[in-house]
Amino acid sequence: MSMATAIAQPVERENYLNKEYGVWSWLLTTDHKRIALLYLISITFFFFIGGFFALLIRLELLTPAGDLVQADTYNKLFTMHGMVMIFFFLIPSIPATLGNFLVPMMIGAKDLAFPRINLLSWYLYIIGGVMMLHCMLTGGVDTGWTFYAPFSTNFTNTKIVEAGLAIFVAGFSSILTGLNFVVTIHRMRAPGMTWSRLPLFIWAHYATSIIQLLGTPVVAITIVLVAAERALHLGIFDPKLGGDPVLFQHLFWFYSHPAVYIMILPSMGIVSEIIACFSRKRIFGYHFVALSSIAIAVFGFLVWAHHMFVAGISVYAALVFSLLSYAVAVPSAVKVFNWTATMYKGSIHYDAPMLYAFGFLGLFTIGGLTGLFLSALGINVHVTDTYFVVAHFHYIMVGGAVMGYLGGMHFWWPKISGKLYPEGWARLAALIVFIGFNLTFFPQFVLGYMGMPRRYYDYSHMPEFQVLNVLSTAGATILGVGYLLPMIYFLWSMRYGKPASDNPWNAAGLEWKTASPPPTFNFEEEPVVTWEAYNYDELDAPHKQEVPVAR
Amino acid sequence: MAGRVDALYIFLLIVTGMMTLLVFTCLIYFAARYRHRPGVAAEQIEGSTQLEIVWTTIPFIVFMVIFAWGAVVYFKERTPPRDATEVYVVAKQWMWKLEHAEGQREINELHVPVGQDVKMIMTSQDVIHSFFVPAFRIKQDVLPGRYTVAWFRATKPGVYHLFCAEYCGTQHSGMVGSVIVMEPAQYEAWMSGGQTGPLSATGGKVFAELGCVTCHRSDAQGRGPNLQGVFGKPVDLADGRTVIADENYIRECILDPGAKRVKGFQPIMPTFQGLVSEEQVNALVAYIKSLSAAKAGEAAKTNASTVAPQSNPQTQKSQVE
Repeated sequence: MSMATAIAQPVERENYLNKEYGVWSWLLTTDHKRIALLYLISITFFFFIGGFFALLIRLELLTPAGDLVQADTYNKLFTMHGMVMIFFFLIPSIPATLGNFLVPMMIGAKDLAFPRINLLSWYLYIIGGVMMLHCMLTGGVDTGWTFYAPFSTNFTNTKIVEAGLAIFVAGFSSILTGLNFVVTIHRMRAPGMTWSRLPLFIWAHYATSIIQLLGTPVVAITIVLVAAERALHLGIFDPKLGGDPVLFQHLFWFYSHPAVYIMILPSMGIVSEIIACFSRKRIFGYHFVALSSIAIAVFGFLVWAHHMFVAGISVYAALVFSLLSYAVAVPSAVKVFNWTATMYKGSIHYDAPMLYAFGFLGLFTIGGLTGLFLSALGINVHVTDTYFVVAHFHYIMVGGAVMGYLGGMHFWWPKISGKLYPEGWARLAALIVFIGFNLTFFPQFVLGYMGMPRRYYDYSHMPEFQVLNVLSTAGATILGVGYLLPMIYFLWSMRYGKPASDNPWNAAGLEWKTASPPPTFNFEEEPVVTWEAYNYDELDAPHKQEVPVAR
Repeated sequence: MAGRVDALYIFLLIVTGMMTLLVFTCLIYFAARYRHRPGVAAEQIEGSTQLEIVWTTIPFIVFMVIFAWGAVVYFKERTPPRDATEVYVVAKQWMWKLEHAEGQREINELHVPVGQDVKMIMTSQDVIHSFFVPAFRIKQDVLPGRYTVAWFRATKPGVYHLFCAEYCGTQHSGMVGSVIVMEPAQYEAWMSGGQTGPLSATGGKVFAELGCVTCHRSDAQGRGPNLQGVFGKPVDLADGRTVIADENYIRECILDPGAKRVKGFQPIMPTFQGLVSEEQVNALVAYIKSLSAAKAGEAAKTNASTVAPQSNPQTQKSQVE
């Protein structure tokens, strides 16, 4: 394709960013790297919308009385915060941006298996996103992101059907991304890239894709059923029409619990890459870390009713789901132990990505261990539907998933943009996020055990909860600064950052063996893999090896 | 109950605290001890199957202990004692209506005596709510269309928060009340402060007014099953199944009589869905329960407190729909 490598000192090598210019070259691109950037811009937009809602929620809770906004407005704020953050930020966050960018490069492919479907999935996401924005601007929804029936089907008069449709459309975007990854990972690996040589990032994305493929259709069906009951008064969930409201919860959580693993598994994949690179070591227990991703994906489908221990399910059903919830905790624990063991006798560097990985380990460990509290039936009864749950899932989905996402963005930013970000600012941002996060959400564990229910707009009957709420709000403002900083310096570095070399971290992995930013088809010549993943011993040996080339 | 939950909670705090300490100590120690030094290369370690087995099985065993302990506590939480006094709870957007078996009615307040087991038989008139008393560590969703049950025994007099914990619309955070735990003597005084007679007696009146009594006769010759002594007993159904006649079954038989028809009877009973209020259903259930011989003791107790049924203005204050 390109002859750029022949030029000794190119002013600017041809790459995927400068190959073509103009709006259409982006909007009609089938290059997985460009689509990744389209996604990056879109999800960042939704992240800041969702974050804005979160700040308003925290401001309202600064005082016990409901004084900043109306009750209905508050209910819409936490609903739209949840819907935007989950369906339009967290679910696509890592897979659609870093996954899209890196899955083909890490396995030595030119692109995903279905480049046009990849573009279609972005358009579906955008259509869903525009519908969601329209829904928000014309009144929004007040059911909570959980849509519990019969409140959602026969009581609220907000825009349920429209929001459901937006999520329905965005869901297909998620399904298509998952489908694309599964086929790509099966069929497009470079010669020599066997399953046991795959980076753990790929294993994590493979497990994630399976959940996206199998789980998302169920939430799509559930949304259709809600719309059918609402619009046509079919009796499905509302007992007054002969339906069963607990059925809704089963259907909803059958997707929405595994969805948590869609958010956290890719993040775990990133952390595996970062810890290996900055410890200069092969990951400890590679096969166990890889298979634990698959185990999480499989067990993740069998624990949904642990959201329903007080919802009116039988005692025996509760026992089974509690037991299985502990089963899914084991592979997560195995991962944490292996990451820790990887650092043993390593040669550890403290660059910003590693700081984010440390942050991930700290927050994910707390999030995971508080999951043990929630899976214990006797304790669950007390803390479910309180701020304990809110704190727990934010530790996993924001503490864990977003920390990993930011770590990955820093790690691969030189590859994506061809520029270096300012290291000092990046370390500072990692620290601010970690402190802000803990200050925001740790007090909520205490609030929850004290009994503050979630989704309360007004707590003037229980002023004893105010101090912890003030701490939490203070933390949220710090966290907001921590999340704004990377966006600012990433943008800054695109213009003013120092040019990045092909492999600034001296990292293993095929994506580092091509130019930064990469050419349109990723590799000048198809790579042949003759080494195991994370061959840091060879990389750090005095004589660096060359990339063998297919004849 | 609070003590049991807190004991498990403290156990978990210790266990997870130790796990956190272990992981964080290793992380920090390794991070400091093995920081990059020029000239010192990392030592490549493939992994260790033995270690993997160790750190898979040990957490698993610990998890199973937590699981078993949690399950035991949950079983206790979910099994009301047989001799508990009963309170019927009807939730609606956005209030709690509570009706004592003795006939007392309250809104957003529940008066109970200290040291007494209290069982709540709960249903919702509209959406899903959740009965949550943090001080007692109990929570149970309250569903439309069926009964759910929760129970507690208060051990200290005082006023405790009652919250709705399942999001239920605009005034969800206003659906709060209190549980007022009183010394037995105070409670007796409060109880005698006006009542209409026991809930079962109200139910008996409804039973007569609706004409149920014409078919459900007590001499076993009616067109409907004899209801004497039915509650809590197994019932053979027309489709061959057997169910226990609990509150939910009686409720279903009133509102959807065809669903679980008793063997040997024709499907002639009309549905009372929409014709009776939630409170009337509760009263009917309480009445049918009072006919049960197995509950003789309790029936006697309620009879004792209804020597002089008198109409009282306080009833009028409560909303009956």
